[in-house]
Amino acid sequence: MLKNSQHSYGWITITMHWLQATTILFMFGLGLYMVDLTYYDPWYRGSLQLHKSIGILLMVLWIIMIVWKNLNPRLKPEPAPKHELLAAKAMHWALYLTILSLLITGYLISTADGRSIAVFDLFEVPALPKLIENQESVIGDIHEILAFTLMGFVGLHFLAALKHHFINKDRTLRRLIKPQV
Amino acid sequence: MKNFLQAALVAAALTSASANAADYVIDTEGAHAFVQFKIKHLGYSWLVGRFNTFEGGFSYNADKPEDSTINVTIQTASIDSNHAERDKHLRGEDFLDVDEFPEATFASTGFTPDEDGLSGTLEGTLTLHGVTKTITFPVKKIGEGDDPWGGYRAGFEGQTTLKLADYGITYNLGPASTEVQLDLLIEGIRK
Repeated sequence: MLKNSQHSYGWITITMHWLQATTILFMFGLGLYMVDLTYYDPWYRGSLQLHKSIGILLMVLWIIMIVWKNLNPRLKPEPAPKHELLAAKAMHWALYLTILSLLITGYLISTADGRSIAVFDLFEVPALPKLIENQESVIGDIHEILAFTLMGFVGLHFLAALKHHFINKDRTLRRLIKPQV
Repeated sequence: MKNFLQAALVAAALTSASANAADYVIDTEGAHAFVQFKIKHLGYSWLVGRFNTFEGGFSYNADKPEDSTINVTIQTASIDSNHAERDKHLRGEDFLDVDEFPEATFASTGFTPDEDGLSGTLEGTLTLHGVTKTITFPVKKIGEGDDPWGGYRAGFEGQTTLKLADYGITYNLGPASTEVQLDLLIEGIRK
């Protein structure tokens, strides 16, 4: 029930999926919200600290997810035309890579001046040497574009899940709600 | 004959002009020039930063200081307040909007020397954040003379205060932080 099988996701994969999904949506909202806060807003500093802390934890979760995925048997997809299977695979990789790129670019913004990132005052992630000139601004623009790109992918991913559930009436979405027998 | 005389007069005038006016290039290569800014933080303390990339030149002759001129072009994206997250904000649309306005320029339009000949009032046009205004501010000569490496240098300092709102920068930093002080520390090498 914890591990994946060929026919079913286990609780660990299911939990990680929804934890990431909700956290990423929250982070997108928080990101949009915090950049428009005024200087005297009590959340002006705290919102950014929260965004950075969660970002680092998401990075940890992303790594665990990839490792866990590879330690488990690969699921057999629900029957579907070849191009749909290919599209699903491409979308999953697009999601993995866009999330990873967002996490890395976020890290590179705040560490551009050599400052480390404090995660909820628990531990600090040190900076790398500066990579490019005006790193925080250049990478910052990329971070913003990636965030909107990810939301586009998430939207398609969400629509595809609904299509499987309501049009194909297969188990694709149900498999991610609870382990199937 | 008349043409020859005219030509001779023009030539003489040009020669004396070039003998009087000395053109200097601002020593940004050796980083002996600084464009710094200073703004109140919350009204409790100062925040200091600078622009790292700028270039320009000036013309100055101690015998005819009233003929002095100066031109400076600043790359706004080079703002550096020693904090990446703040610099990112300062380059963004709330402040300098460097994508839209990559350069700030100052070109002098006149110089009025004081009696002492070492200081005076500089007048010129400043373009910042797409807004061009005429400003005047006091400048002071620090010194001039041979350098130890075969060149000749002169240095000046100037200070002025800008109202951010005058240049279309209206992000609310609080009532104590509506003005920014600019410190210009300029050393030039004679061409």
